[in-house]
Amino acid sequence: MRLTDQEKAMRDGAEGAAVVAAMDLLIRYGEALGSERLCDVRNVATSMTQPSPTKARLVREGGWDKAFAVISLDSDEDIQVPPMRVATCQLQHGFGADAEGVVPYPAQMIELQGDAEAFYGRHGVNILATCTPYQVGNIPVRGEHIAWMESSAVIYANSVLGARTNCEGTASTGAAALTGKVPCWGNHLDEGRFGTHLIDVAVRVDSFIEWGMLGYFTGSLAGEDRPVVTGDLAQPDLAELKHFGAAAATSGGVELYHIPGITPEAPTVAAAFGPVPVPQAALYGPRERRAVYEDLSSQGTSTDVDFVLLGCPHASVDQIRRTATALDGRRLSPGTQLWLMVPRALKDVADRSGYTAAIERAGGKVLADSCPAMSRAAPAGTRVFATDSAKQAHYLPAILGIEAWFGTLEECVDAAVTGRWRGELP
Amino acid sequence: MITLRGRTVVPGVAAGEALVSHEPISGWGGIDPATGIIIEPRHELAGQCFTGKILVFPGAKGSSGWSGFFQSTRLLGTAPLGMIFVRMSTKAALGAVVTRVPTVTGLDRDPCEVISTGDWVRIDAGAGLVEVTPAATR
Repeated sequence: MRLTDQEKAMRDGAEGAAVVAAMDLLIRYGEALGSERLCDVRNVATSMTQPSPTKARLVREGGWDKAFAVISLDSDEDIQVPPMRVATCQLQHGFGADAEGVVPYPAQMIELQGDAEAFYGRHGVNILATCTPYQVGNIPVRGEHIAWMESSAVIYANSVLGARTNCEGTASTGAAALTGKVPCWGNHLDEGRFGTHLIDVAVRVDSFIEWGMLGYFTGSLAGEDRPVVTGDLAQPDLAELKHFGAAAATSGGVELYHIPGITPEAPTVAAAFGPVPVPQAALYGPRERRAVYEDLSSQGTSTDVDFVLLGCPHASVDQIRRTATALDGRRLSPGTQLWLMVPRALKDVADRSGYTAAIERAGGKVLADSCPAMSRAAPAGTRVFATDSAKQAHYLPAILGIEAWFGTLEECVDAAVTGRWRGELP
Repeated sequence: MITLRGRTVVPGVAAGEALVSHEPISGWGGIDPATGIIIEPRHELAGQCFTGKILVFPGAKGSSGWSGFFQSTRLLGTAPLGMIFVRMSTKAALGAVVTRVPTVTGLDRDPCEVISTGDWVRIDAGAGLVEVTPAATR
């Protein structure tokens, strides 16, 4: 890998031991990728505060400096964490103090995370604590090189915003935060952004659930490649593309897609493929749509729902409002809980707008910072859950060993109120 | 013995029994770092342990937690001995780097087809070499 004089100086110690460790990781990583150089970034989205037993042990052994060295820089050196060099935000993490008494979640993890927030806040990490930084003020500009992790945020930044990021990890974002550098590879390069697969949508896609199912199909088809999606698509909004991208990044590893006429780098199908010949289209028709639905809903045998999970990725204000509206004047079944996951900054908006109170009057909970998958926590005794999120329907059965139903927000609220799943393919 | 040639991802030498996946592997939500077991319910290797094996797989999928979960297998003593994968990605590259085990990619034949679970595999990652002794001839 070719380094600039500035990068060589950073590698050789001009900016201290932590930057040396960060450069060492970036060079090992860049050479593993086959990257020719690094590129400059001024926007990092990372995971530093999420508690874990391994992190707790490292903190006991050597404090937060040790935990950062091992986990965020993959370094065995004793270093002191300097201030973040570029704008750096914390993504979603564990539950916080507001979840105590609601979520069965260890108090010592809440305490560890509180310590982490204080430490990293002092070092210049913005504690956004959401998987959707683009909902709370961190909106990179088209063409901007950034270093983000969180697959659902990466696909949104690349595809909807036209920013440039690979799906980074904990160590590469830790190193990027201290250096403002990341390997210039893959999605950072013009030639790494053209489409590879064409999907022709022959059924009307015009709602949150339809965009989620199309996303799940798209990821299954495209794997880690770059799908171009065209056909009978209604104008999507933020929440629908948030769901679409999260689903495509879950069933496959899609980091970048184009929807000609909608997303910024693809005014036309031809532009989406650039110099590459447009391939033959794969069909998303009624049969494919039904197969996706059955795949996501085949993880349950019991229709007795004891848990409803909404807000994955973290809900928009409009999704919070729609949840409040659907629950208005109703009461949850005594054996069923409903949690709605939101960014804390938007919970403030929901509180002021009366949405939180409406959801709580019905017996539901509005929870910030985390989700059942991140924190491996659901209401005690949960056996069957329902969700409007393709991503949670995919992951939670593996993570928590519970059954899953997938449907619309209204079907999920109905299940929360009746305790029974009655959803069907719309 | 079959010899495959590719390129270095993480240098080093490792030899052991192969565990071969024909499907990509998830980190977060796909493996349990405490035990080294693949936990994705519908995965072909669900319930199997990669600790001390040469893990052969087409690529990494799913969450950006991939590298962190594989780094945890190193910290918890459940890591694979080495890795061989087909599809280069940031998840797989960073994952191999922080797991710190000999790793190769870009082989001249598809390792997921040439190598079978139970074969004896030696990786000389710095030289980009993989030697396979099929289980039947061991």
